[in-house]
Amino acid sequence: MFAGFDWDVIQRSAGYLFREGMTFTVTLTVLAMSGGIVLGTALAMMRLSSVKPLALLAGGYVNLMRSVPLLLVIFWFYFLVPYIGAWVIGAKQPVQVGAILSSVITFTLFEAAYYCEIMRAGIQSIPRGQVWAGYALGLNYWQTMGTVVLPQAFRNMLPVLLTQTIILFQDTSLVYVLSITDFLGAAAKVAQRDGRLVEMYLFVAVVYFIISFFLSHQVKRLQAKLAVPGRM
Amino acid sequence: MAMIEMKDVSKWYGTFQVLKDCTTNVDKGEVVVVCGPSGSGKSTLIKCVNALEPFQKGDVVVDGISVADPRTDLPKLRSRVGMVFQHFELFPHMSVTDNLALAQVKVLGRPREEAVARGMKYLERVGLKEHAHKYPGQLSGGQQQRVAIARALSMDPIAMLFDEPTSALDPEMINEVLDVMVGLAHEGMTMMVVTHEMGFARKVAHRVIFMDRGEIVEDAKTDDFFGKPRSERAVQFLSKILHH
Repeated sequence: MFAGFDWDVIQRSAGYLFREGMTFTVTLTVLAMSGGIVLGTALAMMRLSSVKPLALLAGGYVNLMRSVPLLLVIFWFYFLVPYIGAWVIGAKQPVQVGAILSSVITFTLFEAAYYCEIMRAGIQSIPRGQVWAGYALGLNYWQTMGTVVLPQAFRNMLPVLLTQTIILFQDTSLVYVLSITDFLGAAAKVAQRDGRLVEMYLFVAVVYFIISFFLSHQVKRLQAKLAVPGRM
Repeated sequence: MAMIEMKDVSKWYGTFQVLKDCTTNVDKGEVVVVCGPSGSGKSTLIKCVNALEPFQKGDVVVDGISVADPRTDLPKLRSRVGMVFQHFELFPHMSVTDNLALAQVKVLGRPREEAVARGMKYLERVGLKEHAHKYPGQLSGGQQQRVAIARALSMDPIAMLFDEPTSALDPEMINEVLDVMVGLAHEGMTMMVVTHEMGFARKVAHRVIFMDRGEIVEDAKTDDFFGKPRSERAVQFLSKILHH
């Protein structure tokens, strides 16, 4: 039944797909993850803060981001960031940001909202007594957070955090709409040029599956490795 | 000389008053046991001493320093007062050694070797030297609580607060913890202890404070409290926990 297909197209284009496409996909994933976790942790601490305006601001941001489809956010930022940039630096013309930088900013800001909620759950999973114990020993807020709460919270939420990152890895394919050559974008270009849609999209799906499945498996192993002795 | 002075301490959760004008003091070298029915405010009261629980009225003065004064360096004040919790609250992601050394290094600025050596000294004292490399989850409840006491002592506290230190322990482990506390009391440590262990109170407490519904109902010398409690509520409480 596969007689009419030309599987050779995969071999011919593989170099281009991985060199150009996958490199961008991985770079975007890593940048958005790093930025998202840092920003997400800050947002989570704001949401849990006793300073009401901070908590409200972070809560509003998170709820907004989580209520809008990612595809829309990508468009939004692509068209809005140049104007915001111009407003910030006081320029008359919209700042040329470019699709790639725009996508990095978008994914970082979008993922931060999800990482924030994971962090918040992780921080709240630490019993209040642990914070009391830190304070009672004379540790201040930042020391208690940094040495007592966050290290435990990170361990508890690591599986969810990494799973969210695997979802992010798959979601980066949405930059397709900005005509960026990510892995899917590169495959789509070849598919349309050579008229080999079925072959290319099937290949792309297999590659995404293998990588995501492998990463999920690694998450389980890492979880076992990081477990605290004497605890589940 | 009063090490801990509480003056008219009152606290509300919303409109519900959990502490009503609590006034008492703990002298240097004195052991004071706080008892009372659950929900009477004992744990809340003891947590006011090192400001883990904020209060709205009154003041607590520890070694001459006011807890309510906004200018007070609370972390510094807390570092001088040891506290032991019902659920031990050792840091589960750190070895026993690191639990003992953490605050000594971060708060007191001691070099790590000195902090570890000091921690070991107190770990040996509570009889757990050979467990230094373990994690809290690998120890029994009684052992964890003894480590928690060693952790507090490593900070060279001027007073120790115990918040129901044996309530979460299996019966066979209660004595190993009480023994350490009795030892401390005999050495002259200033102690404020929330507990239902009336045997411990009889043995080492100089005074007993009885609380009910957020009030200090009785504040008496140990022999007087057990011999001739003045209030009806204390009589009832004692009959409930002593005769069964």
